[in-house]
Amino acid sequence: MTLGGIDIIVLTATLMAASTPVLLAATGELIAEKAGVLNLGVEGMMIMGAMAGFAVAVTTGSPVAGFLAGAVAGALMALLFAILTQVLLSNQTATGLALTLFGLGLSALFGKGYEGVRPPSTGKVPFGPLAEIPVIGPVLFSHDWVVYASLILVAVTWAFLRFTRAGLILRAVGESHDAAHALGYRVIAVRVAALAFGGALAGLGGAYLSLVRVPQWTEGMTAGAGWIALAIVVFASWRAERVLIGAYLFGGITALQLQLQAAGYAIPVHLLSMAPYVITIVVLVILSAIHRRGAQAAPADLGRSFHASA
Amino acid sequence: MITLVKRPTPSRGWSYTTPLLAVLATMIVGGLMFAALGKDPAQAIRMIFWDPLFGPNAAYFRGQLLVKAGPLILIASGLAVGFRAGIWNIGAEGQYIIGAICGASVALAAYPAESHLLFPAMIVAGALGGWLWGMIPAVLKVVFNTSEILVSLMLVYVAQNLLAYAAFGPLKNPQGFGFPGSRNLQQYPSAHNPELFAGTGAHWGVLAALIAVIGAYILMHRHIAGFRIRVAGEAPRAARFAGVVPARLVMFCLGLSGALAGLAGLFEVSGPSGQITDGFNAGYGFTAIIVAFLGRLHPLGILLAGLLMALTYIGGDMAQMMLGLPGAAIQVFQGMLLFFLLGFDVLTNYRIRIGRARA
Repeated sequence: MTLGGIDIIVLTATLMAASTPVLLAATGELIAEKAGVLNLGVEGMMIMGAMAGFAVAVTTGSPVAGFLAGAVAGALMALLFAILTQVLLSNQTATGLALTLFGLGLSALFGKGYEGVRPPSTGKVPFGPLAEIPVIGPVLFSHDWVVYASLILVAVTWAFLRFTRAGLILRAVGESHDAAHALGYRVIAVRVAALAFGGALAGLGGAYLSLVRVPQWTEGMTAGAGWIALAIVVFASWRAERVLIGAYLFGGITALQLQLQAAGYAIPVHLLSMAPYVITIVVLVILSAIHRRGAQAAPADLGRSFHASA
Repeated sequence: MITLVKRPTPSRGWSYTTPLLAVLATMIVGGLMFAALGKDPAQAIRMIFWDPLFGPNAAYFRGQLLVKAGPLILIASGLAVGFRAGIWNIGAEGQYIIGAICGASVALAAYPAESHLLFPAMIVAGALGGWLWGMIPAVLKVVFNTSEILVSLMLVYVAQNLLAYAAFGPLKNPQGFGFPGSRNLQQYPSAHNPELFAGTGAHWGVLAALIAVIGAYILMHRHIAGFRIRVAGEAPRAARFAGVVPARLVMFCLGLSGALAGLAGLFEVSGPSGQITDGFNAGYGFTAIIVAFLGRLHPLGILLAGLLMALTYIGGDMAQMMLGLPGAAIQVFQGMLLFFLLGFDVLTNYRIRIGRARA
């Protein structure tokens, strides 16, 4: 099934893989932002995850160890952010930027020597005969386990925020840290935990990029994926199910753009490569236009430092 | 038990001391990092901070200092104005690229005509290009309330792709034997931004940076507009009551920082770099954010911070050549500096009390 030189089935199948890194990172950032912390360092955490995941997977030969290392690296970066913003009460915007700049540098430093190496391949989940079904097989049952894990994670996040007591506390901390503090909840502890979780997912997303998507390590390979993840959280108006839609939309654009390049259309490559960023802006604009009137969807205390005055 | 007690007003003494503390801490931790990389830390630190100024080849390196500091100071002066108002333009890198493309396009369109008017026209085009690129997030913020942080950052990637497109396509040197990249403006007298005083590295962009520092100082500390900007950043509600129009502020801050970044790009492409190439941008737009904070968002502080950051660039290059220190190490070093700066800032705004806090 082709349309204008583009195979629709291949496009839909690659869409899921292309979306996974931003989906993971955006889900993590959603949790952090729901707790009231704006961590602009997603790009930095992702690239560290990409580097650490790649290095460990290559050294041990195990992709699973690589993904774990990616998550740990992302979480460590997030903890650095947490110490600065939650304990030392630094400005969240500036600290997030610092985290990104630092992560880009550190990953380039540690990643030296891993360039041009091929990582061990991450196996596809064996669905047996299911994968043989025409159309549905290649689209739904031809992926590696991380793709399915990311979908489960979104569902768990959605349920956590909606149905659990812990999710309610997390949201309370994000909506009004003073009220949550007065009720006896430990605002800082909740926020640090949320940040660490967000960092781990960003790192996992980064590792997916270097181990499966590309699969290679190059300096600055995230190329703005972390920022797109931040945009998706806004796009999703801070709701888990919409994060999924947003991530798949952007993944679809990326996949389509790559396919158009491969199909040999007469559009210059560099102009096509712009598409995901331009479309991110367009979608942000449309969304902000819709939300202009009516209640703002952002957690009320997003980006504010909490200091319990005695 | 250590508790933090908020100071009624930020401490003046600490606000001057923390940048120095941050530099010191970065030297220590950076030194440990160099040691971990198997280099002699003392030698590396000396090579980064001392040798470019007073070492054996200092005469050459001192010139490089202004070449690197010029764009950083120019960009950071504009960014700091916005940061003071709580308007986060983090896309200076993109505005820098677009300024360079616009300025270079004017020169390349006029090639090979010689005229004294060409360079001024390029300056206008460069500033206008950066201004325009900065106005995109500004207008979107004002009209649709879109986050200027995300839009300005996304536009960096758009600009980078435009740059590559220009270098491989419309601006490619027709006599370049098929290599990507534009004509070299250094060989086009009317368009060249030369070294004004031999051996100093000072080109028109360095002069512009000095003017920007003075201008920013007057604006922020001697003019009512600067007062309004600062009020808007520290107490947005109070600013509204005082008649500050947020929309106008957003346009002004993003437009100004965009124009200055565009200028920096133009001076770079017509001077030290000479041509539009795929990797022409060197991350000045991002490093300028560090410079702005290190300079405490104060014009004079930015001047010093820009020089210091330029020093780490040059020293880093030197350490890379002489000690084989990886180039990325200096990037880590700069990131670390910003971390320490932001962390130590707690001392400016809070008093540290050891023992139990009184209720």
